[in-house]
Formats: sequence, structure tokens, C-alpha cells
Amino acid sequence: MPIPTPFHSRTSELNQTKEWREWSGYWSAATYQHTHEREYFAIRNSAALIDVSPLFKYDIVGPQAAAVVDRIVPRDITRCRIGQILYSPWCDDDGKVVDDGTVWRLAEDRFRVTAADASLRWFQDCGAGFEAEVVDVSHSIAALALQGPNARKILLELGGAEGLIDLPYYHLTQGEIGGAAVTITRTGYTGDLGYELWMDSADALEVWDRIVLAGADYGLLPAGLAALDVARIEAGLLLIEVDYISSLKALTESRKSSPFELGLGWTVALDAGEFVGRRALLDQAARGSEWSLVGLEVAWSDLDRLYAAFDLAPQVAGRASRDPAPVYVGQRQIGQATSMTFSPMLKTYLALATLERGYADLGQTVELEMTVEYQRTRVPARVSRKPFYDPPHKRS
Amino acid sequence: MTSRYDVIVIGAGHNGLVNAAYLARAGLKVLVLEQREIVGGATVTEELFPGYKYSVFSYVVSILRPEIIQDLELPRHGLTLLPLPSTLTPLPNGDYLYRDDDHYHTLREIGRHSPHDAEAYEEYGHAMYFMAKAIKPILRMVPSDPSSLDPRELKRLADLGSHFLGIGEDNLHTLIKLMTMSSADFLDEWFDTEPLKATMAASGIIGTFMGPRSPGTAYVLLHHYMGEIDGVYRAWGFAKGGTGGLAEAIASSARSFGAEIRTDSPVVAVVTRGNKATGVALEDGTELNAKRVVSSLDPRRTFLDLVPADLLPSEFVADIQRFRFRGSSGKVNLALDAAPEFTCWPGNGPHLRGAISISPSIDYLERAYDQAKYGEFSHRPFIDIVIPSMIDPDMAPPGKHVMSCFVQYAPYELAEGDWETRREEFGDAVIDTLSEYIPNLKDILLHRQVLTPLDIERITGLSEGNIFQGELDLSQLFFLRPAAGYANYRTPIRGYYQCGSGTHPGGGITGAPGRLAALEILRDLGL
Repeated sequence: MPIPTPFHSRTSELNQTKEWREWSGYWSAATYQHTHEREYFAIRNSAALIDVSPLFKYDIVGPQAAAVVDRIVPRDITRCRIGQILYSPWCDDDGKVVDDGTVWRLAEDRFRVTAADASLRWFQDCGAGFEAEVVDVSHSIAALALQGPNARKILLELGGAEGLIDLPYYHLTQGEIGGAAVTITRTGYTGDLGYELWMDSADALEVWDRIVLAGADYGLLPAGLAALDVARIEAGLLLIEVDYISSLKALTESRKSSPFELGLGWTVALDAGEFVGRRALLDQAARGSEWSLVGLEVAWSDLDRLYAAFDLAPQVAGRASRDPAPVYVGQRQIGQATSMTFSPMLKTYLALATLERGYADLGQTVELEMTVEYQRTRVPARVSRKPFYDPPHKRS
Repeated sequence: MTSRYDVIVIGAGHNGLVNAAYLARAGLKVLVLEQREIVGGATVTEELFPGYKYSVFSYVVSILRPEIIQDLELPRHGLTLLPLPSTLTPLPNGDYLYRDDDHYHTLREIGRHSPHDAEAYEEYGHAMYFMAKAIKPILRMVPSDPSSLDPRELKRLADLGSHFLGIGEDNLHTLIKLMTMSSADFLDEWFDTEPLKATMAASGIIGTFMGPRSPGTAYVLLHHYMGEIDGVYRAWGFAKGGTGGLAEAIASSARSFGAEIRTDSPVVAVVTRGNKATGVALEDGTELNAKRVVSSLDPRRTFLDLVPADLLPSEFVADIQRFRFRGSSGKVNLALDAAPEFTCWPGNGPHLRGAISISPSIDYLERAYDQAKYGEFSHRPFIDIVIPSMIDPDMAPPGKHVMSCFVQYAPYELAEGDWETRREEFGDAVIDTLSEYIPNLKDILLHRQVLTPLDIERITGLSEGNIFQGELDLSQLFFLRPAAGYANYRTPIRGYYQCGSGTHPGGGITGAPGRLAALEILRDLGL
């Protein structure tokens, strides 16, 4: 049975649909209102409040904390300043991705790493022999994502924190909301302007109430995972267990992916010292990767044509789909799409897909399998730039 | 004489901009000339009271064509269509009727008024799906000319015929009823609940000078369903930033393809040589050359104001003179210090984030029309309300609101007095009507803008203030819009085209006339 997050007494009151999903063993609202659409548009048009407490959080502390983090992730941690945050995957010895998350530098000797999966043992193993400690703070820290173009205005209304107005993308600051100490990071999983707020679990409800009150005149709505799923696909952000499989859980070699294959090659600093998986990745960088995770776009006019052949108007689900579908070129299957959604902002159908090298270049036309009227059919799709939706206010 | 353009488009309303964007996209050198200081025509957002943005004229995006959104990459240029999923009909007795996209909630809500109607509502929606599907292809069709012997025209006509024969006998019967019946009679076949019938009928009379009992009004009921047929696509909604946000997005797209847009440039005449358009003359005396000229203005302005009458066949001139405009609506925009409080549903709630319709009964609407028939504005009018700031908080300061009220009926010509002296009286009638449902309205009212049909005509140029550039009834649709033989966007003058809502498929924010006209121009150019 899932257990409640520190915000459960609020979210359960608001969750009119009683539709919950399990997220890392916690109750997580799928959609608060009868459709996730309004919550989705709150993310894109005003502001949304999302309970992200189920994320795993680890503090890595000690004189050699930087060395431990540098060992875990392929990015160059020596270049991460205090108050800065880096997104990164991390790999096993074979250079296959274990998980991904954010790495924050809180002090010279203090880091926090967020992860999708439990990672205490992995981090401790990586840090063996170093003068640093890995502490699991997953349960003691509650987290809220405040996402959307009005997110900053709402935080400023709350008094917020020093430097909040200029807080750059992927940076953090310390503040206070309703007397509670809150770490504010300019991060999120929506590809919009947004912040995540991290606080002691005991302060969770006080902070929630203050934000809801301050956000009332700014169109703030609580948003569930259904809305978040649409937004994260538009933002081109990967989801573990859906778009890739952790190498620690993969049942076959072919299910494992390197950062290069996930389109995360930019996070791999091969010449910046030793990290787990470096040697394998050096080799792979030289060989080039066989697979590539890309964005696919299906034009509405093509969906219209596809359904018209069955004498139907297009019937496309409003929610994101995690049912994988094969991707073809001619008679050959050249990969699979793993996350799909209609984009209410872009008015096209989007997919994240892993394709064979040679078919993954921008503009390449492929065919995505779709089932219409119980029949497997194919619709043309084009390899497109990710993020699909990338508003200037995300970084400004 | 300045540089020569391939095409000059007169008017930067949404159709003019769509037309220009398509032409520029095809590589043509395009100039758009707009009389006002801002683009948009009747799709504009203006801050007429500091901090409060009004969607001054049009206020919802109805059936903006998906192919236009896609071809012109409007989302990339800032277009955001926000859902407007509910309709509230407050009633004089303190009750209400509320419908939204929560299917079973809506059925329960209708069932509260009539269990029979709740079931009929489902069936009705099902029947309308087929009607909307039958009509949808017409929206992207260039009207055929039934009197022409041109093989292309004949093929179009044959295609149209086989399309309608293909929809099945039952559907064909329903379609003919829709085309000929009044919306009241049509809805009577399905429903008993007055506010339900009235609110649905209201969508059939918006912008027309007809009442719910006037034959031919049922057809417009379909418009609503055409917005719904594509489901998740949601072509029906509120443009972020108001309808001006849509115009800005199309203008940005047009510019990205290389089109030039000049504001403050009223065109007074189309310059012709022989029977060919060669450019335009501006109010300040400037003449600009172009190989082709497109007017997005209404048929009266396009043909009777801008070109010499001797270039047009007399029967065509007569057709255009007889083309009915008859503006029937006004607009009242309000700035509010707080959220309006409805007697029937106090407090904030989802009902404030959708459409709100003052249409308690068919009789109410028909009485409103009765007054207009004899030259008086309705003292208790039909009012279609949205509160844009509830949907897009950027439209007003935090906690404050703007309210858009489309008001019908307001005849262009008053039997007694004139609009100059009676404008505020009209505004008062609207506020008084609203106050019967929103008792706190007068206390929270900060500013109001009252637009009569005369104001709409003066500001936007729409003849007689008709929001559709000419009455949308069967006698003025398809191959009769605006006149027989000239429904294919061409005109009797070579190189002169029309692309406004006065052409097929008519008014509303569809962009379809602008696009279809552009495709015909490109065809003439062999592009």
C-alpha cells in the first residue's frame, strides 16, 4: 500500500476525482479535477503546484564530498559553483545509465542529489574510501514544484528569498515561507518557468497553505501527474522506466542505454577526471552510439487523414500514453516510441522515441504505429528538435 | 511610386493576415495595409483602462482551422488557445443551468431540469457529430459555381453532390432541417427545458439579425459542434492575451515569411488600369504598386467604396448592394474591482471560467428580437459573457477582472434618436440586465466601454457593424457569398481578390476565407 506524502491532508481534500497513482510508494494525485486539462494549462498559462515529495534526495557531506559527486556523475563537478545545480545522469561501469537527477552544490563540502530511484547504496559504494558521508533525506524533506509563468510572481508575493527575482535557471537560494526554512531551486519537470521548494516535512502544510493563498489571484491550481506527464513530454524530458530502463533493473543488455544513446551526451565530460563508467564511455564515444533518443512530431493533418480513412474524426487521447509503439521506415522497424501525447500548446502529436542511428537525424521521416478501429496502422512522423516546447521565460 | 509588391492585402484583420502569411510563405513579396494603429481588425486586445485588457470586439476563437495553425506555425508565434469548457445560464428565479466537459455532471445538471432532456442531450450530441462531420469538408472547399460550365467547377459541384449523398439518408434529412428550420423549432424536436433550448438557440442567432424563431437559424447551431468534433484539438477557446493575441501571432508568422505590415495606412482606392488592379492609393495620397490586390474588407467596402463602379457588371453591383449587413449586436467591456458574484452561484468557481449566457428562455430571446425588429435596442438583451481574466490572469491586475459582454440585439439604425445620444442608455440596459443576476456588479464596476453597431463600424470598418461581414444565412452562404459567380475569391476586376468573412465560409475566427483565397491566388499564379 502506498503511504501519504507530507502534503496528503491537503492534496486528498482537493483531489475530487479520487484518482491516485503510486509514485515510489507514495500516494500521488493523478488529476484533481475531472480532466487534467485545466491543470495542464495552469502549468503553461498561470501556475501549478505539484507535490513532488516522492523524489529521492541524498545529501553528500564532508571534505571530499565534491570528489564523491564527481565520481558518481559524468559531469565535471569542479565547475559547479556554490548555489548552482547541474542536471546529470549517472552510469554503471559499463557506461550504462543507472538513473538521472539534479546535483546541487549547497556549500564547498555539501551537495544534494535528487534521484528517481533509491540510490543510497549506489552512492555509498561510489564514495567508498572518501572522506564524505551520504545521508538519505528522502523522508525528512518534503518537496513542491511551483511551475508556470506566474510562479515567480507568487514567490515574490510570499516575500520569497534573497536574490529570488534574479535567480538564474538551475540555481538555488535559501528563503523562508511562513516561518519555515525553504530551499528554493529554479528547477522543474515541465520546461516552463518554475521553482521547486524543499522544506522539512514538519513544515509542509504551512508552506502549502501560504503558497495556495498567495497564488489565488495568479491562477494557481494544484496539478497532478496526468498534467505533468503532458508537460514533461513537451519539454522533451525523459522518464525512467518509461523512456529508458535503469541498467540496474534491465533484464536484457539491449534494454540498457548509455548517456549518448539517450541524447545526454552533453552531460559527459570525458576529459574531466575519473567517474563511474568513463572508460566504457570513452570507447563508445569513439565508436559512436547505435541508438538515439529523439523527438517525433505527427502533424494533425496526418492524423485527420488517418482517421478519415476510417470515416472518423480524429480521436486522440488527451492524456499522455506510456504504451510503447514501434517505429518503421518502410518494412523495417527502426525503433520504438515510448512516451506519446497530444500537445495542447503546439497542437501536434508528440512522441519520444529511440531510433537506430541513421534514422535519427532532424527532419527524417519515419512511420509511427497507431491503432485505429482495432487496426494497426501507421502515420508519418518527423524527427524534431527537443524540447518541443521551449518558452523564453523558462530561462529569463 | 515606391517598390513594387507582388501582392498588397488591404486590412490586417485575422483573415487579411492569414492571407498575407500564406502568400508570403509561398515566396511572394507581400504588403499588408491597415488603417488603424494596431493589427487585428475585429480581433484586437486594447488596454483602455490602465492595467485592464479588453478583447474589444471578438472574444472567443471559434473554429480556427487546424491546417492554418499548422501551416503558419502559430504556436511558435505565441498562439495559446485556452479551454473554455463550460456554459452557465443564470435564471431570473435564482436557479441556473450549468454544462461543462464533465459529461455525467452535465447530464445530472440537465436532468435536474428535465430527465428526458438529459437523455435527449446525449442523442442530440451524437446526431450533431454527423452533421458537423458532413459540414467540415465544406469549410476547406472553394465554393463551386453551379451556373458555370468550366470542367473544374463542374467537378467541384459533382464532388459536393456525392459528398452529401454519402452521408446517409437520415443524416441528410437532419441536415436539410438544420438548413431550413428555425433554431427554436429544431430544438423543440429534442428538448423541453427552456434555458437549455434558449442557450443553444442563442448560438444560432449570434451576430445575425434574426430571432430564435426565424427560419434558417438552426444551421448556425452547428458551428459549436464543429469546434468540438476534433475533440482534444480544441479549436474552440480563448486566445491567451485576448483575441489580439491571435492577431499578433498571425502577424508574427506573416512577418517571419517576409510579409511587410504597415499600420496607420488607410487605403482609399484600388488603382486600376483597364480592367486590372495595379495597386492602391492611400489616404495621404501615396500610391503603391502591386501585381495583385486582395481586399479583406467586407463586400460593400471591397466593391462599392474602393473600386470605380464602371468596372463592375451592373448585376454584380446590384447583388452587392442587396447583400445584407444589418448589424445586430453591440459589445460592452467592463473592468471590475473584484469577481462578479452571481445570485444563483455565489463565490468563485468553475462557472466563472467559462461562457455565461443571459438566455433564460426562447421567449426572452424572441422578445429581445421583437424590439430590434422595430428599431429599438433590446432593453433586456441576450448577453454572452466571458471573464477573460479568470482564464488568463494576465488580462487584469491580480484579483481584478475584465468582463466581455456580447450584447444582442442592437440594430444599426434606431427608430428613435441615434446612437450618438443613446449609447450610454444602451450601456445602462446591459448593466441593469446583468445586475439582476450579479447584484454586486455596480459596486465593483471601475470602467465600461460601450460599443454600438455604429461604433463597431467606425472603428473596424465593418459595414453597419455586422460582425460577420454580412448576414450568415443560407441566402448569403457558399456560392452566394458574396454574390453568384464571384464566390471563388476572384472579382470582376483582374488581379483583384477578396479574402474577408464576406466570402466563404463566412464569419467567426476561422481564418478559412483568408487561406482559401490565398490558395486560389497561388493557383492563378501557377504556384
